[in-house]
Parts: sequence; structure tokens; C-alpha cells
Amino acid sequence: MLNRTADNVARATPEPLARKVRGISDKGLAWLFISPTILLLLAINIFPLFWAIYLSFTNYRANRSNEVVKNLGFANYQRILGDQDVWIAMQTTAHFVFWTILLQTVIGFTLAWLIDRKFRGHAFWTTVILVPMMLSPAVVGNFWRFLYQPQTGLFNYLVAFFTGVPPSSFEMLGSVQLAPWAIIIVDTWMWTPYVMLICLAGLRSIPEYIYEAAEVDRASNWRQFWSITLPMALPFIMLAVLFRGIENFKMFDMVNLLTGGGPGSTTEVASITLKRQAFESWRTGYSSAFAIILFVAVFGLANIYVKALNKVKQR
Amino acid sequence: MKSSLKLALGLASAMVASTVVSNAAHAEDLTLCWAAWDPANALVELSKDFTKQTGIGMKFEFVPWTNYADRFLNELNSHGKLCDLIIGDSQWIGGAAENGHYVKLNDFFDKEKISMDDFVPATVLGYSEWPKNTPNYWALPAMADAVGWTYRKDWFSRPELQAEFKAKYGRDLAPPKTYDELKDIAKFFQGRDIDGKKVYGAYIFTERGSEGITMGVTNVLYDYGFQYENPKKPYDMKRFVNSAGAVKGLEFYKDLYKCCTAPGMTDAYMSEGLDAFKSGQVAMQMNWFAFFPGLYKDPNVGGDKIGFFPNPAGPQAHFTQLGGQGISVVSYSDHKDDALKYIKWFAQPAVQQKWWEIGGYSALKAVVEAPSFPHSAPFAPDFLASMQMVKDFWAEPSYATLLQAMQKRVHDYVVADQGTAQEALDSLVKDWTATFQDDGKM
Repeated sequence: MLNRTADNVARATPEPLARKVRGISDKGLAWLFISPTILLLLAINIFPLFWAIYLSFTNYRANRSNEVVKNLGFANYQRILGDQDVWIAMQTTAHFVFWTILLQTVIGFTLAWLIDRKFRGHAFWTTVILVPMMLSPAVVGNFWRFLYQPQTGLFNYLVAFFTGVPPSSFEMLGSVQLAPWAIIIVDTWMWTPYVMLICLAGLRSIPEYIYEAAEVDRASNWRQFWSITLPMALPFIMLAVLFRGIENFKMFDMVNLLTGGGPGSTTEVASITLKRQAFESWRTGYSSAFAIILFVAVFGLANIYVKALNKVKQR
Repeated sequence: MKSSLKLALGLASAMVASTVVSNAAHAEDLTLCWAAWDPANALVELSKDFTKQTGIGMKFEFVPWTNYADRFLNELNSHGKLCDLIIGDSQWIGGAAENGHYVKLNDFFDKEKISMDDFVPATVLGYSEWPKNTPNYWALPAMADAVGWTYRKDWFSRPELQAEFKAKYGRDLAPPKTYDELKDIAKFFQGRDIDGKKVYGAYIFTERGSEGITMGVTNVLYDYGFQYENPKKPYDMKRFVNSAGAVKGLEFYKDLYKCCTAPGMTDAYMSEGLDAFKSGQVAMQMNWFAFFPGLYKDPNVGGDKIGFFPNPAGPQAHFTQLGGQGISVVSYSDHKDDALKYIKWFAQPAVQQKWWEIGGYSALKAVVEAPSFPHSAPFAPDFLASMQMVKDFWAEPSYATLLQAMQKRVHDYVVADQGTAQEALDSLVKDWTATFQDDGKM
């Protein structure tokens, strides 16, 4: 049937066109189909990357189009690696990545494990839990700003209700001690459902017969969790950690909306520093070098992590 | 079938024709770019007269202050044609002139007999000249502005508060003349219950992202002896930026922020100040004069309830931060001739007079030095006094880098309690020195 249709199409093709097409091999045809996508990728991903690498060795400033561009060698890289403010931003990023991943993994896995019990109404609760993840970060950032408002925000009133501390006596976004945690809370609230979803897929992929065999062997629930559930769900958990790690390493929107990097530079993560250098101070060459360093760091760490993930999967 | 085809062709031709006609009608429109705020709305009204007189339509591109610099500097740097005319911030003038973003206006001014001597000298220096103090003009002073203060006149005039204040400080509760007096008044009101509502002493700029905290702190720093550079040796900043007086000024700003502002004001600029004042939260508010006409008209806190005063003096000097902008023709515009026509029209004394009357701030001497000017609005005398003592931030091509460095060092110290005032200003000298060295100026 399929061959007959193909024959009909071939017969209906005008002779001059058919003569041309006949000359193209299967491989050629495949290239013809994927070349628009490849060209697009080259234009919007690969070319900017190489252009940024080139700029990172220069003193180029996007706001000084008339200025002569000088080659600085590795001077931009040396300055960045010796810049104390950059290291503080990297530490802030590391602190943020560590705590968000830890909290999201623990809470996400716990929620997935509970949802996997398939209690009555679990489908409804799954949908409810997933809602924060479906919201736009811009919306989330703005409404949490209101929630954290020290005089009228609901968050302060809730804390006051449970602890007895006066609501306007602390500022989640204005305090040096609390601002980093304010962002961690929002990111955890928004992205724990994502981790939960991946963990749930992992838990659902564990064959039932393994638990049945364990029960025959009289393994306790605790033993079953440590010896079956956790090891078999581990590759999924690690995958979730990888995704969230990469995402949070380059976190920008939420921090920008909630604190803008403040108070002072307390929550200034690497991406905020990068944006300030690139689009506020207009140090294009310097910020390109910074972007390349961040790219190499994320790429390197992700590669090491993927190797570890593969080892866990092979076990 | 044939008639349907004819109908379809007729409709299509009509659509094409209407598009062409409509494009032709808008081909002469000028686009003016500025910040989205009260004076911009006044300018829309004012520009209707220009369209009436010349037949040239006006379009406006207004962007909120927080994105204003990002948006329009990107536009200029990418040689965009969006703006034919731009009312750009005073600090942009160096970069815009050196990078060829603005059209130099000297020949045009000569031809049209527009003299810069007719404008308030501080505005010519701040908005038009580059290099500074040379007769090279890149903009016409468009919107004169400076930092000033508003206060709750109705609270200040309450007999019981006046008596209490006099008993405590030995003087009348009146608009402060010095920063020490301002702090006393702010402390007096801080946390006080007025009409069943807790109020706070003062509102000051603390914003980190764009220019807020710098535009606030400089008012105090100037008065305490801060100078950008050695007057005898350009770019020599040691002991001028971080002088003992400047350190004291920075400490004062932090003290004022800690003792006398409302909670949550860690990242606040113009609009947060307006909200705080309009909601009856603060006794005194630092803000730009540009907002004062709107505040005076406010039904809740305007009229008899509001008073104004210029920036108070410090122990060493009496200055205030210059705001405001000049209007320039963008060199990438396809409508430069029409844009120049707009500037010629805008420079006329009658237009400048109307500009002041409807909510803009004219920089033309004929308007602001007229005998009737001080009586034309309750804030007019203070505006006039302020324009005589203005000082501006760096207007160098690297102003954005210099500004970001100051934003960081000051915010880190004042709001985030990091380090000392001396360390903050020492670091600022280092940052600024590195920037000027990169520029080859040191």
C-alpha cells in the first residue's frame, strides 16, 4: 500500500523536478532537511559563543562603538579570578545552590514518596502541589515581594502568629541575614514540585515484584526503603539534582525581582554580577570573560556529575 | 464568480491603498523618548501645540525610570532609529557626545539665534556641555530639576507637637536649615502616633539597581566636604572622595537611614518615596522637584498639608544633587530636520512659560527669573534656590561604570552594614581610579 502511494507520488512529480531529486542521495536528503535547524543553531548558539570567546580577550565596550578594540590577552580572565567581589558572588551562588538543592531534594522526594502511596485523592493533591511550578517566575517574584512586605505582607503576619514576634520587627528582603533565606524559600516553594515529579517517575519505575520478594524475605519497611526504594530511585534523584543545579547556578530572574542582589551585595549571585558588568557598566570584554568562566565551570561540573550518574545507573 | 473576484481585488487594492496612505501620513511623525513620569505627560500636552503649528505629528516612547537608562542607552549604542529626539539624563552627555549618538547643536543654535546665555548656567553646564565648561552643546536644557524635600506642614503646625518639640530641642518645629536639624525632626516623628497611625521621620533614597542611593547620598556628601576630584588636578581623587568630611557625611546618611526611616525601605527610590508620603507614612520626604506639582495637587496630602524646603546645609558646604535632562537630536534619526524644528519651537519663551505652567520645569532665565515666578507655585522659590547650588555626578563616557561602583560601595555600607564608611569610600577611590586608568585618563 505504502509502496503504491510512493509510486503514485513519484509518477506525479514533474519530470524536470524528478530529474533533480533523483540525483540526491538519502544522506543528502537528510542533510537538506536538517540544515535549516543547524543553520539556526549556528546563528543563535554557536556563533555568539565563539564571538563571546573572542570578545573576552579584548577591551571591547558595547557602548563605545567608536573606540579602537585592543587585544588584552588573558588580562580580563586574570582580573576576574583576582577580583574579590567576583569570589564573593561565587560564594553567594554556591550557598544558594547548596541550600535550594538540599531542601528541594529532601522535600520533593518526601512528597513523591507520599504521593506514591496512592491514598484517596492523591491525583488532586499532585495537581495542587504542581501549581507553583506552572507560574511565571516574574509573577512569583512580584507576589512574594508583597508577601514579604514587612508592614503589610502576609508572611510576616504568619510568622508573628506562630512565634509571637511583632510582624514589622523583621524584614525578609531588607535584612542581611534573612534576604538569602527569603530567596531560598521562594525557589524551594516554586521548584520542589519539579523535583517531586522526577522522583515520582523514579518511584513508579520500581517493579512491584521486588517489594513482594522483600516481603517474602520478611524485610521491614525501613529495610525495603534503604535497600530497594532509595537505590533504585537514586538515578532519578541525581537527575533532578543535576537539572536544578544547572538552573540555580545561573539563577537570575527570581533574585533580580526579589532583592536585585541586595541588601548591599548580600544576594548578588554570579548572574547578577554578570548582568551588572555587561549591561550597566558596559564592560563587554570583561563580562564575556566572566560568562566564559561560568560556562566552563557549569559545563565541567555537569560533566563530572553525569559520569557519577552513569556509574550509579550501572550498579 | 467574476464579480466575487472583482470584489476581492477591489478590497485588496483598497487595503493596500489605505496602508500606503496611512504610512504616508505617519512618515513625518517624530518620536520623542523620555522617562515615564508626570512631566512626560505634561510634555505630551505641550507638544500638541507643535503639531498644530507645524503639522508634524508626535509619538512618545516613555520608559519607567528603573529601566530608562538600560532601555535608551541600549537603543543609542545599537544605533537604533526608534528615537528622533531624546531627553537623556545629564550624566549621559559625555558618552553620547563622544560616541556620536547626539547631533552637535552649535551651528543650529547660531543659525536660529538660540543662546545658551538665556538658560540657567547650571543647566547648560549639566545638560548641554561636553567637555564640561566648553562651548560645545549637545542638548537644549529641557527639564530643570534638583533634589528637594517635602514635609507635612499640617503635622508641623500642630500646637501640641510644636510645644513638645520646643521643650525637647529648644527651637521651633520648622523646616530644617541644616542636616543636624533634619535628623532631630526625623527622630522626633519616628514611630510617633498621629491620628491613630504610626508614622516615620524621613524618606531617603536607598535604591541599589539604577542610581537611587547615589542620588540620595551625594546630597549629604557634598555638604560634608566630598569632592569628586582635586579642583587643581583632574582625576586626582584621594583625600577628596574619601576625605574626613566625606566619611562623616556617609556615616550621617547611614545614621539617618537607621534611625528615622520606615521599615522595608532598603531598595527605595522616587516612586516608593511618593507612595510613603502620599499614604501619610512619613513626615519628610527627599525627592526630585519634578514630582512636587503632582504632590501639591494630591487630595490627601497636598494643598495646605504639604510644605517644601531645599536640601539642608552641612557643616562644610551647601549643595544639592542636580537632576533633570536636556533634549537632544539622535544622530541616527531619519528625521533630524524635523527634530531640530521641535527644538527650535521648544526653546521659545512662550512655550517655555507654558511648559512651567503645565507641570514641566523650564530652565529658561526669562521664565524662572521673572518677578512673578517665585509666586507662581509654593515650591517655586525653593526650586530657584536649589538651582543655584546644584552639583552633578560624573558625566564622563564611563559614567555608568562609575555610578555602579558608587551604588555598590554605598549600598553595601549604608543598607547592608558591611565595613566602615572609610573603607567604603577608599574602595570607591580604587574602583574609580581603575575605571579612569582603563579609559587612559590617568
